[in-house]
Amino acid sequence: MEGAAQASARVPFRLKVAFVWVVIFTILGLLFAAADFNTQFMRDSADYVLRGLLYTVVIALAAIVLAVVLALIGALGRLSSNPVAYGVSGFYTSFFRGTPLIVQLFLIAFALPVVVGNLGLSSGIEDLLTLDSLVAGILALGLNYGAYMTEIFRAGIQSVSHGQSEAADALGMTYGQKMKRVVLPQAFRVIIPPTGNEFIAMLKDTALVSFIGATVGQEEIFRRAQLVGTRDFLPLEAYLLAAMVYWALTAIFTFFQGKLERRIGKGYVRGGATGGKTKKFLPSGGAGGVAGGGGMVEIETDEMSGGPELPGQSH
Amino acid sequence: MTRRNGEAVVRVENLHKSFGALEVLRGIDMEVHKGEVVVIFGRSGSGKSTLLRCVNFLEDPTSGLIEVAGVRLEGGHRTKGKREQVRQIRIKAGMVFQQFNLFPNMTVIGNVMEGPVTVKGIPEAAGRAHALELLAKVGLSDKADEYPIRLSGGQQQRVAIARALAMEPDVMLFDEPTSALDPELIGEVLAVMKSLATDLHMTMIVVTHEMGFAREVANRMVFFHEGVILEQGTPDEMINHTKYPETKKFFEAVL
Repeated sequence: MEGAAQASARVPFRLKVAFVWVVIFTILGLLFAAADFNTQFMRDSADYVLRGLLYTVVIALAAIVLAVVLALIGALGRLSSNPVAYGVSGFYTSFFRGTPLIVQLFLIAFALPVVVGNLGLSSGIEDLLTLDSLVAGILALGLNYGAYMTEIFRAGIQSVSHGQSEAADALGMTYGQKMKRVVLPQAFRVIIPPTGNEFIAMLKDTALVSFIGATVGQEEIFRRAQLVGTRDFLPLEAYLLAAMVYWALTAIFTFFQGKLERRIGKGYVRGGATGGKTKKFLPSGGAGGVAGGGGMVEIETDEMSGGPELPGQSH
Repeated sequence: MTRRNGEAVVRVENLHKSFGALEVLRGIDMEVHKGEVVVIFGRSGSGKSTLLRCVNFLEDPTSGLIEVAGVRLEGGHRTKGKREQVRQIRIKAGMVFQQFNLFPNMTVIGNVMEGPVTVKGIPEAAGRAHALELLAKVGLSDKADEYPIRLSGGQQQRVAIARALAMEPDVMLFDEPTSALDPELIGEVLAVMKSLATDLHMTMIVVTHEMGFAREVANRMVFFHEGVILEQGTPDEMINHTKYPETKKFFEAVL
């Protein structure tokens, strides 16, 4: 018994994990073969489905840009002493976090033109708001994720110690200069990792856009999978194909996000990158501060696990 | 009692400051003249840091008047409309914090250049040249391109002094600049502060418990007690001939 335990201890953890993955894939492969899927159909459809990748990525990228802008404005509003800014941003986050994404998508795509039409405004505005499904999808995803990310941005800005803000004030900086030069660059270190997670989550939520239809030729992945699956009566194969495309996509972006996280530690890492464990220094929220650290707290993070976790959220 | 060899750079009149029900400053009158080094001391909670923070409006005074290098500003109501005047005062008053508060996202020279380039709009090349001179003055030329986190506390505080000096202020405010330092690092910071006084004839208000520094460099020492100035005078008058038992008790505790 003891000999076996010792032998086990000599095998690196990662190797063991890799072995587990191999076993899982073997079982899945066997089941896949036994289920007698129409692999010929999957191969034939792959090209068509993969062409949806462009639209999936375009929707997600445009929506995350919109979400970042909204989250920044929303967070500054939540931290403002101006009642209008505070109230408006409070309404925004409450509504878009309090209603389902799919409902917002339908409201923007189908209800908005009707509501505006009933207001008796010029038909030009009504036409303008009859949105292309791609645009409606971007708007809905951006507004929804922006509301969630407002909290991420607010927490990130608040993580910058008050001393930093005072030092900027003492130099005579305006509010805008202080935010741009001192507070936001430090906040972004905290904001970027969870924003990457939001982007990866959004890549998957783009599938919801298929429910409001799509202009012919501009279908994203899931819509395409639905179309070919229904046409050839092979929905299981089609959805499995879609799942694999999404999975590969998120795996790639997760890899790049990990790289990005390690890069933004510059200026906070004492000594060079040595691999393995790295000491990262984050601005502390508290006023106490550590002597010699300029109000920084020291956090040890494993390179594998990435950055610190923020107050989480789930969709 | 005090040396008056120039116009007042800082003038404080009947300053009051309350935090909620707690009145921390209960009517402070003070003038600091050009080239003067004033050391403010007293027990913790006596209001000395609060006074310093009121001078550049990091705290908004409850009532009273602050004047820095000719810019007069009254406390007592919201300073929102006076934001630009507050900024003018801050540009004229350099501040050094207990916790240094260097910007960790910028290099050492980036920290020193930041004020002149961003706030005053000085061209980057000129700002860099001036920053290098100042870093030489505080003995840190070789650390220009390091990030603050890689510096010792004493080095960080010397960078913070250079950063404040870069704005070419009319007065330097020091808020317990050595209190967060390990004992062996205090000397290097005090030496830089002393050189500011003797070489540059900088007007300085220093909140500190370093009585050795006060005795050597200060023109005047001001004793704060429960939100008022109990007494003030030359270091010799204060340290050796104080009239008040409170002051005597304080010296017995720190000396």
